[in-house]
Amino acid sequence: MNIVVSNIVDPAFWYSVLRVSTPLLFAVMAALLSSITGTINIAIEGMMLMSAFWGTIIGAFTRNPWIGLMVGIFSSTILALILAFVHLRLNANLVIAGVAINLLSSGFTVFMLFLLTGEKGTSASLGSQPIPRLDVPLLRDIPFVGKMLNNHNALTYLAIISIFVVDYFIRKTPLGVRMRAVGENPNAAVSVGISVSKMRYLSLILSGIFAGFAGAFLSMGYVSWFARDMTSGRGFIALAAQALGGKSAIFGAFGALLFGIAEAFGFTLQSLRIPSEITNMIPFILTLIVLVIYARLRIKSHSRIQEL
Amino acid sequence: MKAKIAWLEFLRFALSILIALFIGYVFLLFGTKNPSEAFKWFLYGPISTQRRFVEFLNNAVPLMFTGLSLCLVFQAKIFNIGAEGQFFFGAFGAMLIALTFPAISWIHLLLTLLGAALFGAAWAFVPAWLKTRWKASELVSSLMMNYISYLLVLFLVNNYFRDKAAGALVSYRFPQTAWLATLTRFRLNSGLFVAVGVVIVIGLLVYRTKFGYEIRAMGANKKFAFYSGINVSHVMFWVQILAGAIAGLAGGIEISAMYRRFVWQSFPGYGFDGIVVAIIARNNPFLVIPSAFFIAYLRVGANIMGRLTGIAPEVVIVLQSIMILLITAEALLAKFKQRIIEREAMKE
Repeated sequence: MNIVVSNIVDPAFWYSVLRVSTPLLFAVMAALLSSITGTINIAIEGMMLMSAFWGTIIGAFTRNPWIGLMVGIFSSTILALILAFVHLRLNANLVIAGVAINLLSSGFTVFMLFLLTGEKGTSASLGSQPIPRLDVPLLRDIPFVGKMLNNHNALTYLAIISIFVVDYFIRKTPLGVRMRAVGENPNAAVSVGISVSKMRYLSLILSGIFAGFAGAFLSMGYVSWFARDMTSGRGFIALAAQALGGKSAIFGAFGALLFGIAEAFGFTLQSLRIPSEITNMIPFILTLIVLVIYARLRIKSHSRIQEL
Repeated sequence: MKAKIAWLEFLRFALSILIALFIGYVFLLFGTKNPSEAFKWFLYGPISTQRRFVEFLNNAVPLMFTGLSLCLVFQAKIFNIGAEGQFFFGAFGAMLIALTFPAISWIHLLLTLLGAALFGAAWAFVPAWLKTRWKASELVSSLMMNYISYLLVLFLVNNYFRDKAAGALVSYRFPQTAWLATLTRFRLNSGLFVAVGVVIVIGLLVYRTKFGYEIRAMGANKKFAFYSGINVSHVMFWVQILAGAIAGLAGGIEISAMYRRFVWQSFPGYGFDGIVVAIIARNNPFLVIPSAFFIAYLRVGANIMGRLTGIAPEVVIVLQSIMILLITAEALLAKFKQRIIEREAMKE
């Protein structure tokens, strides 16, 4: 119990919570933006992986992390477009197509990594360009909060800002409201002249952009190299965290933070000689628990037959 | 008209494969100075020598099982894609029994394989139960179970069953009584016959029994199945358990025939390839046999190409995913299908 208390009062612990939550925050926004139009983006995992790969590779070649970030996001957006096209235009099943996109990214990144570096494991030999950290003058001087919030990766701040931007977008802007209408009842949306397929295209593309940020952070902020399958389930964890938050960006962000806390807590346990295999399991087990809680809450608000 | 549509379906399939192969060729174009040499080994490799042919047959065995397992759940329109974890856990179960149960011939092997199936079913139980009891998405939960299976099995094998005398991170060797036979000079996995047998049994189950009818009815229209008195959650539960047992058995057979000890430190990938197998088989258990052979051919072809030309065999994963995308794309060539139906309707 002692360790729990000492963690909670330690700003370094909360700093690491924010750090590990950053990719999840982006990924949860990605999950949210696609789910509001009723399209569940299973492929966030693959999109993150693709972006992580191109981000670090192009960043290393151009010696400029920002160009890497741009290309990374572009690559995940292309994947989102492919997914949208085969699902919306060619009528492929969304889940199966999403699984295919994930497979595609996994195979493609390993193939290209081997092609470019001659290695199959990581891109460490390329010497990549991480995205810089920000030292915010005023924040630095606040006692506890300063240590917790200052000197993070630039993308971490962007992730925090994006929660509020997304929240505003889906609640207040006409476009956001239209997208939600498509998700709530596509037929009703059509009857007032909203193009369902256009809204779904848009929401998958937005989802791809945010997944791109999530992936690029992993390889250019969290660590500074690409490793095969380095997303290791974060895309799916994000889907669960988003489910927890329902249709709200703010609650979704809390979901992401919950998983961030679990992951950061896992690191602390590792220092107590608890094997890493066990501590690495914590976020996945937490996902299962969250899934059940969410499902229970949902059952109460719907009739059983509708939920078949 | 039926024959014409079947022909069209075949055409669609062939077109998907061709496009995927073409894209694969383009990849090789960038990946190597001699793409046609590499491509030749990719396509011709598995039949070039007897040894490679047996390697190809052996590769099809786990794919047949995992493909069949996923076929079953997809047939009922359930998206439990936990076959990878069930396979891994099944292999662990086989190892547990092979190493701890006294070496009695026949019984030992039977119990080992039974243990594999039971462990696989146990792993499938969690998403199945969460789905039927709480309606929790089986897609996410089965994926989480994959990661948990991976971490848990590695932890247990590396800490409690590790053979320190061996050079690598592997478990102790199984006693001979827990070995599944391998035939011929090149070690053909006799599990192939078990796999074909299980495929036929499951095929008959799906198309000839009441339970199979219920599965198909549920896949076709869940609400209709519910209102016509089928116990939907019961079917949903048992389909997943059965599928888990099949995937687990695959792990047990693979390990007791091919390696005779637990060797994996990462997922062997048969579960995810099983998704491709099931989709190509269009969820028809009988078609799993040719479909598994097809994927095994690609896999072994890619490995041989990798060994001979130094290209990463992961390119085959790219091919497979493109095939999934195109094969599930219902609207591909749909215009032609529509035209055939219309023309036939006019005649009548």
